[in-house]
Amino acid sequence: MPDESWVGRSLEPSEPYQVSREKIREFAIAVGEHSRICHEVAAARAAGHPDVVAPPTFAATITMPLMESFLRDPAFGWDYSRMVHGDQSIVLHRPIRGGDELVTVVHVDDLTTRAGSHMLTLRCEIADVDGGAVATTKAMLVTQAAS
Amino acid sequence: MTDFSAVAKGDELPPLILQVTRADLVRYAGASGDFNPIHWNDRTAAAVGLPGVIAHGMLTMALAGRLVTGWVGDPAALRSYGVRFTRPVVVPDDDEGATLELSGKVRDVVEGEDGSRIAKVDVTAKFDGRTVLGRAAAEVALPG
Repeated sequence: MPDESWVGRSLEPSEPYQVSREKIREFAIAVGEHSRICHEVAAARAAGHPDVVAPPTFAATITMPLMESFLRDPAFGWDYSRMVHGDQSIVLHRPIRGGDELVTVVHVDDLTTRAGSHMLTLRCEIADVDGGAVATTKAMLVTQAAS
Repeated sequence: MTDFSAVAKGDELPPLILQVTRADLVRYAGASGDFNPIHWNDRTAAAVGLPGVIAHGMLTMALAGRLVTGWVGDPAALRSYGVRFTRPVVVPDDDEGATLELSGKVRDVVEGEDGSRIAKVDVTAKFDGRTVLGRAAAEVALPG
């Protein structure tokens, strides 16, 4: 049984994630995003960005390891091996770009149990190192309740 | 070329048909860091009761997002995007892979806080004739 006392609480801010040009290019290729602003610095700058721009779902991708380490911690009592991703949302306050250093705070927004499943909503607030909001992501994760 | 100044509720986006192969899943695993074996290992997929290796939900979400960003020609224009993962995309171990059919429709056009015009788009993603994403919706700034 997941520990309900976590609801409404948040984790310590993450170590800064360094967004590299190469990771953005690699991710863009993997999702078939061929826009030049994701690959070429000159094209990104011509469009008004300081460096190459990450495809939108990159924001949620960088939160996954943070959520995983929380969910694998036995103290929370979550069955990670039987987890499925129920839904995902992303709000971009600005695009993520090469050279960004991003700090994420994971918030435990909601935990409900219904029809034999636990449903957990984790919200991630992603900011630059100066505290400027970059993105807000929400993942709803589902795992089976122990029978 | 789309005349974005004339975009209005009810407009349909140019559809997109994509093939997703095992090689795409391996590439996405590496790029995203999600190495869950249900996305590349038939034995693991079968052991957890799946009909086969399935695509990462986040890959399907990213590919469906391209329908919207490709329409406006700018991946930096997406303001928000949300989906429910309702059905898996099973990717066979062959050259064609799985076929993903993407379509979208403008639900509304509103003015953003910064004065830009924002299109709210409902996205449909189908595999094998059935939708795989529920309530898929994006808000994108229109050019101009």
